[in-house]
Amino acid sequence: MPDSATLEAVKIDNEAGDFSYPEDYEHDAGVGLSEETIDYISEVKGEADWIREFRKKALKTFESKPMPTNWATKDLENIIFENIRYYLSKGQAPTRNWEDVPDDVKETFERLGIPEKERKFLSGVEAQFDSEAAYSNVKEELSKEGVIFVNSTEGLREHPELFRKWFGKVIPTGDNKFSALNSAVFSGGSFIYVPPGVKVKHPLQAYFRINAENFGQFERTLIIVDEGAEVTYMEGCTAPKFETSTLHSAVVELVAMKDAKIQYITVQNWSANVFNLVTKRGLAHENAEIRWIDCNIGSRLTMKYPGVIMKGRKARGEVISIALANDGQHQDTGAKMIHAADETTSNIVAKSISVGKGRSTYRGQVHIPKHLKGCKNNTECDALLINSSSRTDTYPAITVRGNQHATQHEASVSQVSEDQIFYMKQRGLSEGEAMSLSVNGFVNDLVREFPMEYSVELKRLIDMEMEDSVG
Amino acid sequence: MSQSLKIENLHASVEDTEILKGLSLEIPKGEVHAIMGPNGSGKSTLSKVMAGHEDYEVTAGTVLMDDVDLLDLEIDERSRAGFFLAFQYPHEIPGVSNANFLRAALQARLPKGEEIDAVAFYKDMYAKMDALSMDRKFTGRSVNDGFSGGEKKRNEILQMMMLEPKYAVLDETDSGLDIDALKIVAEGVNRMRSPERGFLVITHYQRLLDYIVPDVVHVMSDGQIVKTGGKELALELEEKGYDWVTEELAVTA
Repeated sequence: MPDSATLEAVKIDNEAGDFSYPEDYEHDAGVGLSEETIDYISEVKGEADWIREFRKKALKTFESKPMPTNWATKDLENIIFENIRYYLSKGQAPTRNWEDVPDDVKETFERLGIPEKERKFLSGVEAQFDSEAAYSNVKEELSKEGVIFVNSTEGLREHPELFRKWFGKVIPTGDNKFSALNSAVFSGGSFIYVPPGVKVKHPLQAYFRINAENFGQFERTLIIVDEGAEVTYMEGCTAPKFETSTLHSAVVELVAMKDAKIQYITVQNWSANVFNLVTKRGLAHENAEIRWIDCNIGSRLTMKYPGVIMKGRKARGEVISIALANDGQHQDTGAKMIHAADETTSNIVAKSISVGKGRSTYRGQVHIPKHLKGCKNNTECDALLINSSSRTDTYPAITVRGNQHATQHEASVSQVSEDQIFYMKQRGLSEGEAMSLSVNGFVNDLVREFPMEYSVELKRLIDMEMEDSVG
Repeated sequence: MSQSLKIENLHASVEDTEILKGLSLEIPKGEVHAIMGPNGSGKSTLSKVMAGHEDYEVTAGTVLMDDVDLLDLEIDERSRAGFFLAFQYPHEIPGVSNANFLRAALQARLPKGEEIDAVAFYKDMYAKMDALSMDRKFTGRSVNDGFSGGEKKRNEILQMMMLEPKYAVLDETDSGLDIDALKIVAEGVNRMRSPERGFLVITHYQRLLDYIVPDVVHVMSDGQIVKTGGKELALELEEKGYDWVTEELAVTA
């Protein structure tokens, strides 16, 4: 057991992520992005030529694509790509033992409570510090069953036969400007393979940490779950509060083979200077199920619309999304459901909370083409406003052709009224406690879907945010 | 130290309209007082001002609760100091279960770092719900969400029983109740009567006072107490109507 000081330090709160260690990197690609940056990254990693080519092609795509400011926020223009550092690492390959992790990195993850959680309830952990994973381990019984849980560099190098087939296939490089950027400079992230029939009982966890200023983190995750297998993957993220902006732009691809199940949980608590622009999509084969549980609490701007392509008959896709936008934050989130086979089912439940001047936006896309039969979609999006200067927008786009489908769409906007707060305060709750309870009540039915440990963590984060918002 | 809830010369306005115009009354601990009065006399305003609702501006006066001026405290501080208001229109709190709400309210009364004993809490709550003939399923339902009028009022009394205030104001708790619900609610209040607690029952009708028998009855009109008497005053009012009091006032003026 860690001592009480350690336990105190690993308690989750807003300030807990707000620390950094002096920079001391063996590998630094410098500031700005060019072909040389890519050569540098490829050389440090000792990559195969096809990966270097893949990166360089992606760089051209990135450069040729305009910023999506025609539909998205102008705040994107405040990202200065030439001021960003694209690769920083301490050079070491991830160890499988916390004792071998460099002290400052180890302390970082201890303060964030990662080793403790690993002991308590996880099947495997990967801890990424800036560009590379510092620690990566999976329980022995799972490796014996053939489960692979490594970082992207190792995945592509050691298991090309498994990963190359799907790499960049669910999300093509040119999907959007930021998926192209990620494809050019990706580093870190998890590569997971679960063999047929293996049901991983406890979650695999990845933890992403940004330590350096003016840095961009571009992890790349690919999870392949073979026939009839199941896995739950969880990611958490934090960064210190720097004056300058930081960029996080990940690409996450999921592949669920026939009858497989993937549950992907995100609890994002980036500091308020982080641009979080992430592309996430899953491909569900026959009778497979992909479920995204996406909680966005931190960051300056998040743009993220997890999607599922239901490619096989009876495939199921689900997005459960919770976004909390506090003062100065914009949570632009949603879901994308592409029905591409008969009898496929999708479900989207999105709840957003806007506090103070916080802004939340829901964008949903559901596509059911004419030639299919028996597809179903349910979309619910609910927004909660806490005080009048906050803002919420909803842009649902449901395209259903043909008449053999069932879709359902509900949206609501509600407000925590002065009178509701008055009532709760009359019972002895402070303003912060009253708001926090109201917000937790609003998301309560979704949080019940989470594994217990994460629902507790989420509740605590919401409490902290609401306490802060009343100052 | 005086043991009472003492309102003195209370003036309060909403948007520049004065509603309470120098109201005074004192409820010693252990007594039940009733305020009766016609619609628009300021009864509900009085209860909200005492609780600290921000729509009302207090322009003069004091509300002393055992020598502490409630008006100096925040809304939640008044509650934790022992002041309870049973609302005429209890608010809904979607997604928050009755049990969680009560637990949070009790937790707010504990010093930092102390946790509520969950087993004792549930035992206590179930016993009090039984006394109010409330189904145990209510613990898991969202606070007042989809409750009938009678269920909401019973829930107010349950909250009062759990929070054990020093002084409680019941604002039109009888409105919207049928006779059976009224009896149950009244019984809940009567069980709470003690030398350690004072009540102010605000009502438009005498009917409630058949079940919660007051020690003192005040008649309120135009933001002031205009007549005070024993419990028989309520019956007299019922018989003669509020006009009787106001006419009498006009004569003496």
